Amino acid sequence: MAERLKAHAWKACVPSPVPWVRIPLSPRRIFSYFMKIFWKQKSVIPGFGLSLGFTLFYLSLIVLIPLAMLFVKSTTLTGPEFLEAATSPRLMAAYKLSFGASLGAASINFFCGLLVAWVLVRYDFWGKRIVDILVDLPFALPTAVAGIALTTLYAPDGLMGRLFDPLGIKTAFSPLGIVLALTFISFPFVVRTVQPVLQDLDIDMEEAAACMGAGRIKTFFYIILPALFPALTTGFALAFARALGEYGSVVFIAGNMPMRTEIVPLLIITKLEQYDTAGATAIGVVMLVCSFLLLFLINGLQGWGEKRNHDPEKL
Amino acid sequence: MIRKNFNIFPTSLYPSVVSERKEIRLILTFLALGIVFFVLILPLLTVFAGAFNEGFVRYIQSLFTPENLSAIRLTLTVAAISIPLNVIFGISAAWAIAKFEFFGKRFLISLIDLPFSVSPVVSGLVFVLLFGSQGLLGSFLNAHDIKIIFAVPGIVITTVFVTFPFVARELIPLMQAQGNEEEEASLTLGASGWQTFFLVTLPNIRWGMLYGVILLNARAMGEFGAVSVVSGHIQGLTTTMPLQVEILYNEYNFIGAFSVASLLGLLALATLVLKALVEWKTHSK
Repeated sequence: MAERLKAHAWKACVPSPVPWVRIPLSPRRIFSYFMKIFWKQKSVIPGFGLSLGFTLFYLSLIVLIPLAMLFVKSTTLTGPEFLEAATSPRLMAAYKLSFGASLGAASINFFCGLLVAWVLVRYDFWGKRIVDILVDLPFALPTAVAGIALTTLYAPDGLMGRLFDPLGIKTAFSPLGIVLALTFISFPFVVRTVQPVLQDLDIDMEEAAACMGAGRIKTFFYIILPALFPALTTGFALAFARALGEYGSVVFIAGNMPMRTEIVPLLIITKLEQYDTAGATAIGVVMLVCSFLLLFLINGLQGWGEKRNHDPEKL
Repeated sequence: MIRKNFNIFPTSLYPSVVSERKEIRLILTFLALGIVFFVLILPLLTVFAGAFNEGFVRYIQSLFTPENLSAIRLTLTVAAISIPLNVIFGISAAWAIAKFEFFGKRFLISLIDLPFSVSPVVSGLVFVLLFGSQGLLGSFLNAHDIKIIFAVPGIVITTVFVTFPFVARELIPLMQAQGNEEEEASLTLGASGWQTFFLVTLPNIRWGMLYGVILLNARAMGEFGAVSVVSGHIQGLTTTMPLQVEILYNEYNFIGAFSVASLLGLLALATLVLKALVEWKTHSK
């Protein structure tokens, strides 16, 4: 970098009438050479300035400035005020519920997703294509529709609720119902992250394991599971992140009883309805920071998975 | 490769030495089908069962009320505005990212994906903070009598935010994989930049673009959390179809709620089928 910079700095001099005197660097040239170093263009393709300019403009207008507002607004609160708004007892109960239910849903999907991905990749059966297409249903079905459907199903007089009611298990309007709704909306993540990895898995090692006398269960735990592990954890984290922010499907089935079945996004809406913008902002900041942390974690996990897939030595 | 299989026992696609016994295969497949049935299919069936609970006539009656029709109209409007905006953005972002090298590219890609990792309610909240009466632009908007929050513009801009990455994240890897050769050939043969784009690039990316638009449309029409924060729930004016479902459900008008929901369920099924068709089309090429 330093050498290139030096070469460019030499060339960047303003041409002078006397060749042995160099007039250094006009600002315009500094800028244009700076652009050349950092945004190195060797391409004949036009439209770099236009497309990048529009992209950055639109990105700032729609995403960056609105999201920055959340932090700008939160600075109007003093530290203690912020802490009080973000850690009230009602909110602490909601954090506990949101994290617990999301963790539960992601764990259920960890196992169910692995099973469904396994069956879809390894076996052939009638209707397999339909099942494969249907896995994406939670992405396509609006969350509110999923919410009312699940509530109707699991309400005490519903088709599924009727089965659980005599056992004394309350499904709808309880934390269990929230876990059910979150399981539905985060179902595709583990399947869709594990499926391609399982598809590309080399069966040589499994064959070797079988030749050396390992049973299928042993092969699964020693050969297949370690290879799938990065994809599984990525899917788990994606499902968890999605479940944590989910609102539409949960509000119907939760019953929304304070301290018992209120999730964090619901409390933001409650605060807004009470015109407590500052309180809503404080919760919003906590949630946004959580999603940023999860985003970093997921990026790291994906990097780990890619490194492992491309580098069999590191297995 | 389509393998016809009418055997009731799931067959293995792998050599027998690395496959499970027949009984285990059967158990695993039935477990997976059971999960798919109870988690995915049963809720979908409930939607249609709820809609047709009291017969077809009642379904039609409760579907075509003036409020529902205006909700359908608003939903279509919102989708019709957010699709072209985000398609233009997606193409522009993919062009900049796939065709050129510049500093901070990976960071830009993760910024584009940002709206996916933000909770829908927080997405709605940021626009309330920006345009609401206590927000940054609130007093300015009040003075000029412009309504954004609790009005249609707020719903549109929130939907645009929520569906922002769909087209871009389909097109960026696609255009990166296709490389620059075709465009360079076209340009050296004397085509202008726009000619190259419309005649060379666009036909190459049209299936990827369509795929993104299908997903974007499903999300734009179905978004609930974010839109619910900024809409104000004024029936007939600022309710989209998912919000109308909520209002009807909370009024204990279950037939009405499920009849609107059945339209959204059909939309979801159409989305899945179209998506599968596009996937099949691009794989067979």
